Amino acid sequence: MRAISYTRATDVPGAVAAVTNDPGSSFLAGGTTEVDLLRLDVLRPNRLVDINRLPLADIEDRADGGLVIGALARMSEVAQAPGVVERYPMLSQSLLLGASAQLRHMASMGGNLMQRVRCSYYRDPESACNKRVPGSGCSALEGVHRGHAILGTSEHCIATHPSDMAVALVALDAVVQVEGVKGTRTIPVDDFFLLPDDTPEREHPLTPGELITAIEVPPLPMARRSLYLKVRDRESYEFALASAAVALALEDGVIRGVRLALGGVATKPWRAHRAEETLLGQPADEDMFARAAAAELAPAVTRPMNAFKAELARRTVVRALRTAVALRGET
Amino acid sequence: MTTGSTLEAVGRPLDRVDGAAKVTGSGRYAAEFTPPGTAYAALVGARTASGRIIGINTGAAEDADGVLAVLTHRNLPKVAAPPHLLPSLAGHAAPGESFFPMQDEVVHYFGEPVAMVIADSYERAQFAARQVHVDYARDASVTTLDEGRDQAYEPEAIFAGFLPARSVRGDIKAGFAAAAQRLDATYHFAANHHHPIEPSATTAVWDGDRLTLYDATQGIVASQRTVAALLGIPPSKVRVRASFVGGGFGCKAMIWPHVTLAAMAARWVRRPVKLALTREQMATSCGHREEQEQRIELGATDDGRLTALRHHKLSLTSPFDEWAEPSLSIAAQAYACPHYEGVYRLIRGNTMTPTFTRGPGETTGMFALECTMDELAHRIGVDPVQLRLRNHAHADPNTGHPWSSDGAQECYQRGAARFDWQSRNPEPRSERDGNWLIGKGMATAGYPVFFPMQPQRARARLYADGSAVVQAGTQEFGTGAATAMTQVAADGLGVPLHQVRFEYGDTDLPNVAATVGSAGAGMISAAVHTAVTALRDQLIAQAVLDPASPLHGVDPAAVVVSQGRMELRDDSGTGETYRQLMERHFMTDMDALGSWSPPAPDVPYGLATFGAQFAEVAVDQDLGLVRVRRMVGVFAPGRVLNAKTARSQAMGGMLWGIGQALLEGAVTDTRDGRWANAGLGEYLLPVNADAPDVAIEFVEVPDPVVNPLGVKGLGEVGMVGAAAAIANAVFHATGYRARELPIRIEHLL
Repeated sequence: MRAISYTRATDVPGAVAAVTNDPGSSFLAGGTTEVDLLRLDVLRPNRLVDINRLPLADIEDRADGGLVIGALARMSEVAQAPGVVERYPMLSQSLLLGASAQLRHMASMGGNLMQRVRCSYYRDPESACNKRVPGSGCSALEGVHRGHAILGTSEHCIATHPSDMAVALVALDAVVQVEGVKGTRTIPVDDFFLLPDDTPEREHPLTPGELITAIEVPPLPMARRSLYLKVRDRESYEFALASAAVALALEDGVIRGVRLALGGVATKPWRAHRAEETLLGQPADEDMFARAAAAELAPAVTRPMNAFKAELARRTVVRALRTAVALRGET
Repeated sequence: MTTGSTLEAVGRPLDRVDGAAKVTGSGRYAAEFTPPGTAYAALVGARTASGRIIGINTGAAEDADGVLAVLTHRNLPKVAAPPHLLPSLAGHAAPGESFFPMQDEVVHYFGEPVAMVIADSYERAQFAARQVHVDYARDASVTTLDEGRDQAYEPEAIFAGFLPARSVRGDIKAGFAAAAQRLDATYHFAANHHHPIEPSATTAVWDGDRLTLYDATQGIVASQRTVAALLGIPPSKVRVRASFVGGGFGCKAMIWPHVTLAAMAARWVRRPVKLALTREQMATSCGHREEQEQRIELGATDDGRLTALRHHKLSLTSPFDEWAEPSLSIAAQAYACPHYEGVYRLIRGNTMTPTFTRGPGETTGMFALECTMDELAHRIGVDPVQLRLRNHAHADPNTGHPWSSDGAQECYQRGAARFDWQSRNPEPRSERDGNWLIGKGMATAGYPVFFPMQPQRARARLYADGSAVVQAGTQEFGTGAATAMTQVAADGLGVPLHQVRFEYGDTDLPNVAATVGSAGAGMISAAVHTAVTALRDQLIAQAVLDPASPLHGVDPAAVVVSQGRMELRDDSGTGETYRQLMERHFMTDMDALGSWSPPAPDVPYGLATFGAQFAEVAVDQDLGLVRVRRMVGVFAPGRVLNAKTARSQAMGGMLWGIGQALLEGAVTDTRDGRWANAGLGEYLLPVNADAPDVAIEFVEVPDPVVNPLGVKGLGEVGMVGAAAAIANAVFHATGYRARELPIRIEHLL
């Protein structure tokens, strides 16, 4: 591990200024991924600016039925917050199905959005990786890639975005609040995650020193009976091979509203726009679910070890939709 | 069997004597010894599976803050003699491979140490290690079976020469000719890594020409002998200590290069040196279970009696050693099959030498056999439990000798009852619970009884106040040995448990072989029992000769001991305490050395521990998910020394079976031979959420042959058959026959 200097920030403008003025520095929140990557020599900041004492940990119920979640609220707190459990079960479930109990107590919401990919070539500083060293190549393309993405990939990067929580946030049209030296701005969460294209090193639209301060979750009545389905080899403490966040609004068996996002299969938390378009106004039946799943996965690009993920994702979507219908008592 | 003592403590579910130290963190592991001035070593692993070092630039590392030395093949001292692999149960030097790194510029496997950086802190050593730049001339490599199939060959012998590559009984052709049923199945097994919670570590401290090693090892004596041999110094100059070891699973059963490298580093910088492997280095530093393929051909009559068994294995070994885990051993003995042929074939690849890995061989071999047996049962319509009972070998089929003890049939019967096996509908896909298909499967467990090759020793000392210290040069790596040996000592000496302290983890104590091959409980208890009963007999003899003793002149064989008192078996009023005897003679203490000689290798008995495994799984076939809902294991390990630690040991093995069946598979990137999933985030082990209700029972069979207390060992049999029971349950749930481990989502979609 490199020698690193450490500063503890006491207010948001000070934290933002500290990182903006020192290009080699990084924010430190829960550190559950960042410290690993420091030890692995993947991240090489010369200074860490600890933001854990900033007043950004509140979870606020808004009068309109939405939520504002502070960037430093811990995953475990948000998962249990009554407003989240009642109004956005998919978000609560996605948090509880992520990581381990110990990590959820440490990891922050803002940090979760900023977590890095789990590609074993990204995490090995001597392997070629365009995300770590732009232009060095992608070792995963011809390497071990069972867990890698099949949607949103490019010839430069096929690393899967690992977050569960962000999948729910994408389905919920959450908005990320950020603060920089030039002031504050908001970024719709779907725009917060960039596709790799030919710049896989660029994962977010943040400028250096911009800090996530909060996540807004707009009101969404149908999310009260939503769910997050996560499929993985073992029962806990593993990233998704495929996952789906679903909310449905039904009227007489017809889909009047749908939110669907996929995890574990794409280079960013994947809003399933094609599937949503397929489903809107259609009967909530198995045939439609299968057609929607097929439409979403149609552009999938698979490789030998992850070819199964296209079928797995389709089935995950169908199961999640079927379960969502059952949740509404309108089977 | 013991005389003169009653077993009051042995068998009880005593809490671990080291439990409080473990959970409070006061127990110190090898990397937690930090003598003044300690420096830290970090290894640099090769980035190619095959080739030569053509350039190595250590300048940046040498210039890094706090660096004391950078050692490579150019300056590392040569070992005194090239190592030769020898299993550690032999009690001698036990290098894990016939190779020592950094002796020349040739690279044989990915991760092979090519440089060692020593610095004044762990972080500085790790940082500087990344600044060592190595250029390689890369050669073509073989790191998987598929890459080397055309180079497969049948060696003379495997396993350091101890096992012939080919073994035959009867006439295999005649056996198949007599068969009405034939099955032929090939199973593929991914390589496995051990991943105990404590990564291997060694702290080396020189004092003049004497070396002390704090080592994470399953065999302190093996560490001592191996390092002494490689450094060319007498073993008497090397002391190895290991008070706490955080699991082994076989990766600490042999002595790997990092142990000696730590000693070399400490000598080089003239300071104590601590060398702790990283989690990722655990995949390339202490062996693994080799990738392998096993083919089973089975011939049977229409009522399921085996007539022929052909069991062939193909596996990957290193450039140095003809090693294969002995997968064919217990699978050849489990059933009364008259005609048998077993063959090991090897491919020399660019990996380190594979090594013992929890249930080494037995787990894979019995997986192949037991899945095929399940297939036979299904095909001929015989209940799987009945098929096993029908074929159970009442004598060792290899030799015709009777088992020293058996118990298999009772294991099947009790397991079936506990599991409610009879309620199972034999038809696959016949039970459902919502989205889940429910399946039930079973398999035979078996594990050989291994003996060490030389006498095992322990020392017992009784103080006049009635307290006792019993010592043996063994180590406790989670098996419960320290607790069980306290119980054995208390009963043998006839003193209360709280009066006994068992000391271990130091080669200055009497010599015991490495704890491997499930032999620990048997051999350590034999040494301890021999020592404490020798001490007891000394004291009884003294009392009998003492005119002042109430026991004067009695037959020593008529004296029993209990609660620190010697008394007549038939007249408990006649006797005296140890304390009374010793105080009368102005003795402060007395001690005795016990030496137990294991049975000869040609003892005329079959030697094995048998058991039966049952598993219920739920399979969500839409999503490819398999979840184990409950397991039942019944084992006949001879005598159980501690009901609680024995249960934990068996349960741990059964849960490892979940890993083997469903999760664990080390994957190689064939381009450079790198293990692509070396971390615990990627190499999947079962977690608590995967662990179902596990029920365990023991059939305690008396065994007068194996050792004084009749302990056959329980270290590994709990895992054997567990994966097969799960795979058979998956078949029962779905109709899918697993031919590849681990069974993954993609297999079931």
